[in-house]
Amino acid sequence: MNMTETMTPTRREAATPSAAPGAGHRAAAPAVEPVFRITNLKRHFDVSPPLLNRLLERKGRQIVKAVDGVDFEIYRGETFSLVGESGCGKSTIAKLVVGLNGTTEGSIEFEGQDIARHSRRDMDAVRHRLQMIFQDPYASLNPRWRVGDIIAEPIRTFGLLDDKAAITRRVRELLEGVGLNAQDSEKYPHEFSGGQRQRISIARALASNPEFIVCDEPTSALDVSVQAQILNLMKELQQQHELTYLFISHDLSVVYHISDRVGVMYLGRLVEVGEKHELFRRPQHPYTRMLLDSIPDLEMTGRARTPVGGEVPSPLDPPSGCAFHPRCPHATARCQQEVPQPIHNVERGFVACHAVEEGRLIATD
Amino acid sequence: MTEHNNTSPVLDVADLHIEFDTRHGALKAIDGVSLQIAPGEILGVVGESGAGKSLTGTAITGLLERPGRISGGEIRLEGQRIDNLSQDEMRRLRGRRIGAIFQDPLTSLNPLYTVGRQLIETIRTHLPMSKAQARKRAIELLAEVGLPAPETRIDQYPHQFSGGMRQRVVIALALCADPKLVIADEPTTALDVSVQAQIITMLKRLCRDHGTAVMLVTHDMGVIAEAADRVAVMYAGRLVEVGPVAEVVKSAKHPYTQGLMNSIPTVLHDVDRLEQIEGSMPRLTAIPPGCAFNPRCPHAFSRCRAERPDLMAAGEGAAACWLVEEDAAPASAARATADTLVEHQD
Repeated sequence: MNMTETMTPTRREAATPSAAPGAGHRAAAPAVEPVFRITNLKRHFDVSPPLLNRLLERKGRQIVKAVDGVDFEIYRGETFSLVGESGCGKSTIAKLVVGLNGTTEGSIEFEGQDIARHSRRDMDAVRHRLQMIFQDPYASLNPRWRVGDIIAEPIRTFGLLDDKAAITRRVRELLEGVGLNAQDSEKYPHEFSGGQRQRISIARALASNPEFIVCDEPTSALDVSVQAQILNLMKELQQQHELTYLFISHDLSVVYHISDRVGVMYLGRLVEVGEKHELFRRPQHPYTRMLLDSIPDLEMTGRARTPVGGEVPSPLDPPSGCAFHPRCPHATARCQQEVPQPIHNVERGFVACHAVEEGRLIATD
Repeated sequence: MTEHNNTSPVLDVADLHIEFDTRHGALKAIDGVSLQIAPGEILGVVGESGAGKSLTGTAITGLLERPGRISGGEIRLEGQRIDNLSQDEMRRLRGRRIGAIFQDPLTSLNPLYTVGRQLIETIRTHLPMSKAQARKRAIELLAEVGLPAPETRIDQYPHQFSGGMRQRVVIALALCADPKLVIADEPTTALDVSVQAQIITMLKRLCRDHGTAVMLVTHDMGVIAEAADRVAVMYAGRLVEVGPVAEVVKSAKHPYTQGLMNSIPTVLHDVDRLEQIEGSMPRLTAIPPGCAFNPRCPHAFSRCRAERPDLMAAGEGAAACWLVEEDAAPASAARATADTLVEHQD
């Protein structure tokens, strides 16, 4: 692949370089309308001290820009992942997308309708089609409820079935679908291990026949061997039920395994989006490169990772211009002043970096 | 590291047993664990939650609480037996000769005291130093763990530090009396990957420089592969495999280690489906007879269900698996596969 051609800020033609067989087998089909189109999404939180303190200590308001102008699309049947370090806003996006948090600005189009502007009643009509799996399977299941009731709750709330026997049948079916026993519906969550609890969470998410599931770090509380079981299950279910996933994780190996496309976040903004092979083999943004360098490598035992200096700055006081510039080896004066705009130089993806735009930074294989 | 092999080990755990007394009798949580760590060596201890990794660390630091108790075996630090010391003697040892680093850097620091006060207090508890000397040493330590501007940061409170910086302070605290042994229990689990790399690199350098032996307890094989010299794999309260890190990661001998390594997703190649070990680790109340892994093992044969294997030499390490013995036995063909072994046995 010709480097200079790749770097020109024009959209490359449809031919994906397909670094490996099966690259983007579902996502790469052209002319598919996205399930989600997120435009200029912002969510700010007011974390100011109380009024009296502000007056006495002469401090102003403090606003955390948890998500600050994010654009991306999610296509039907794909797994779109968001990666980034803690505090970069990935979980906030997850909550915004399913409507657990209101937006400050921007639109979230779900099948053409802006659900960020929906009234409560309108939202209820789409809510059963969007579900979520949470990180901590110990905190996300009510310890006083039997598993059967936990899984039946969405069915009852959305009024999908009203016949008692039909609900019981459906719960059994769901439990077996995630590899548990139908008899488990009589038990309480504490009788299950972490991996089994996460299966219960998945069964509950599937109960309302959703098309779209947000998975917020679904395996980071689990051991690797259990993680493998859950990731395999999620892939199987995705094919069976034709699900679309928004997957949030800080574990790049897991993201590489599960995703079709990946978005990299840094301090409330997306710095790079791309098809996973493209992004992992030919990262463009310096932050993406840094993250990839920091993946522990099992096959290169004893090799020191290239530790990158610095940490994520506080979101209360983000750096000016490109938020990554204090840690970036390619930063110039322009990076300190001007927020880089997305350059759509890869299919269904972009990079926001002045160094790439100016041709100072070339993607390498 | 190989150059340390001739020196006597800093830590020598021999046939350690830990039991928990319950209403239904004693539960064996650790069942005959033996391990040694040489000066300057990093021993990685891995396993699933509940395998007993942290418990082993807790017993070594003398922080085991009732109803847990050491019911057998010996723990020796530089030749001196420490598992039978009194609480007071142990308290003097801890911090002085054994340092501890825990997972969550926020809970291991006191939020009400400045970082400096905590460091100075710890230094003065263990070393005969004046306040000024201790403060100087604290600043040196903070500089050594890579904290920028230690002269000013020393007077700040833990909440003014980020997670990675706090973990650096915790490491400085653990190292302040120049201990011979450091027990690091999931030191990087709460940190972001980019910071994790920084902390691991620093920990490695410090241990080389000071000749400190480290027991690195984690469930993250990536961290182990990068930091450890040798690896010990635990399953259901026992060691199933010990060996040099390259050997355990690349050519594991025990089927459990193999399964564990294969279940880790990688960015190096594409797989449609991860290999998974079916089932889950047994509860302490229901450990199967024979090899505890036999119900989940794809290679299990009749002997595995009846007789419990101990660690046997395999390659440069050791594994507790009957397959290893079968392979080593001169009579049976060295290349015998697991399948043919099953036929031989049945």
